[in-house]
Amino acid sequence: MVLAADAAALRAGLRVGMAATKAQALVSNLIVMDAEPEADAQALDRLAIWALQRYAPIVAADPPEGLVIDTTGASHLHGGEKAMVAGMVERLAASGIVARAALADSWGGAHAIARYLARPSIVIAPGETATTILELPIAALRLPGEMVESLHVLGFERIGELAAKPRAPLTLRFGPELGRRLDQALGRIAEPINPVRSPDLIEVRRGFAEPIGAPETIARYTAKLVVQLCEALEAKGLGARRLDLLFHRVDNRIEAIRIGTALPVRDVKRLTRLLCDKIETVAPGFGIEIITLAATLAEPLAPKQTISSLTEEPEADVSDLLDTLANRVGEKQLYRIAPVASDVPERSVQRIAPLAPAAGAGWPDHWPRPARLLANPEPIETVALLPDNPPVTFTWRGVRRRVKRADGPERVFGEWWKRDAELIAVRDYFQVEDDAGERFWIFRAGDGEDAATGSQRWFMHGIFG
Amino acid sequence: MGTSIATPIVEELRERIQRLEGAVTRRRTVLSFGVKEIDRRLPEGGLALGALHEVAGGGNGAVDGAASALFAAGIAARTRGQVLWCVTRKDLFAPALAQAGLLPDRVIYVEASDEKSVLACFEEGLRHGGLGAVVAEVARLSMTASRRLQLAAEGSGSIGIAIRRWRRQTEAADFGQPTASVTRWRVSVLPSTPLPVSGVGRARWHVELIRCRAGESADFELESCDAKGRLALPSELVDGSGEKESRRRRAAG
Repeated sequence: MVLAADAAALRAGLRVGMAATKAQALVSNLIVMDAEPEADAQALDRLAIWALQRYAPIVAADPPEGLVIDTTGASHLHGGEKAMVAGMVERLAASGIVARAALADSWGGAHAIARYLARPSIVIAPGETATTILELPIAALRLPGEMVESLHVLGFERIGELAAKPRAPLTLRFGPELGRRLDQALGRIAEPINPVRSPDLIEVRRGFAEPIGAPETIARYTAKLVVQLCEALEAKGLGARRLDLLFHRVDNRIEAIRIGTALPVRDVKRLTRLLCDKIETVAPGFGIEIITLAATLAEPLAPKQTISSLTEEPEADVSDLLDTLANRVGEKQLYRIAPVASDVPERSVQRIAPLAPAAGAGWPDHWPRPARLLANPEPIETVALLPDNPPVTFTWRGVRRRVKRADGPERVFGEWWKRDAELIAVRDYFQVEDDAGERFWIFRAGDGEDAATGSQRWFMHGIFG
Repeated sequence: MGTSIATPIVEELRERIQRLEGAVTRRRTVLSFGVKEIDRRLPEGGLALGALHEVAGGGNGAVDGAASALFAAGIAARTRGQVLWCVTRKDLFAPALAQAGLLPDRVIYVEASDEKSVLACFEEGLRHGGLGAVVAEVARLSMTASRRLQLAAEGSGSIGIAIRRWRRQTEAADFGQPTASVTRWRVSVLPSTPLPVSGVGRARWHVELIRCRAGESADFELESCDAKGRLALPSELVDGSGEKESRRRRAAG
């Protein structure tokens, strides 16, 4: 039997479920490999652990070919849900795995949408999962094959048709499985995810005889767990880069908090602070039975020598502040700006990580630069003498200004090694000052003579202070 | 005015007020501008460290906030340590800050999604204490928010600068509302220093000290920040002001 076929094989006419001999007859020199379900399951577990370290605190393998990830409270570390899901697919593709991903309200819903709608990734808005999956075929419901067959015989094609029928006769005929799967997909009943754990994970846990729910209580026990975890980390000489705090609720759901740090950290106070900042995002429901704290990603943290010289003053360490801010506004929103060797103003800056080593370099200081640079240059109406003179007057955002003083032109050539269109493109920048003393940075697209160098129109690009 | 400050009664009263305010335990350190005319007007001869200061632009500057950003960058450049700059709009051009003396390696930017999280990041930065200066671009600044920021700054000793920047010109009337900041400045652009040839000279600002706790308001005409973040008095004013001090300095330099 053919159990799986790659894209090339599918093009050659092979289908899953075909007899192996028939496949060999269709294609000569067919490479046939024995199925190894155990090795596949192990690989899937490895992938789950990779996703756990990288994406979210609750990850489980969904055999035979899926992963289920509860991204609640983790997407902000990856620039939002859409970016995270798309990035996940890209990253898997880079390592040779063709994947499709869907983000939805329920496990069942995401399972169906990933397999039938995702091209290759899709994010369903909260509350719209139920309406989205009504259009999908019933094979998306995770039902046994023969049940799907007999539902087809009865004339059911879409999930919507099935959901609209009274439940009792269906249950009588097919058993409780059908109703359960339908409810799971529509998000009506909860489906707990049993998170995967790697054997070398550093983890501490605490069970409660009586479920807890008050934020102060949660914070107190979190602090106690952090102390234990830091001791465990110290024994191994590690520092945490990513921490997961899981709350097992009495109704069998798991709430999670995930925090990340820029450098490995083993400081009890700092980690407690980062975790406690997030407690307000946890819904305790009817109470929490077990709290587990795991260092999902840990890196070696060696003792460091402090400054011993008499004159040197220690440089203040701001990495803890950066961690706090990154966990609040997102890692991507926190950056330093480094120079890029480019004369085109908008390309002369790039964002780097806030803790990246100091570049030491700056920008060339020949010409003044405006304090505010408009994201998109705005066209202005000008009266100007071509080719070399700055405008005499210009109109920007409906206000006409007379140019009192001007400096320029500063000629910026297009970067032909980036795009062919920039081969002879030119911008002439002028610094102009109006009657009131307001200073602007304007440019002309083109050199004022040759039409090939640009449209010869004028644009506003920045405001000097 | 100089004589009235020196009277012992005023000094004593001032001390008593400070004790009431609870700031007497710690001697406040200041960051001087290096321009005598400004420093003279500020208590202790400079901009208080561990305090919140407000800067707004005048005219169109209330919306674009270009001059006020450079004024803040000049102050931040003269502090020690890293600088946190909280923004909501991403139109700040780092090369200009470098030209005002604030090198790119020293500035960490936080781009928050809304005003509320800017204020939260601002407060967090002030509370930390390891930063030289924390700058935030905000539109609304309520009494409560500014008092929180002021207390956070007092506790850590970092200097906090709120650049007030509004979406529309009409909203700039908000600058009249009271806040807990120690000083409040308005920076408006003036025609640049005239050059003997055609061209644009060093930028000039009309800097108003609108409010100053334990001091009087004043206004100055200044030349904008140089590559070390220092302001300067225009040379013709130094000549014309008739003050011996400044003339002597000019002759020496």
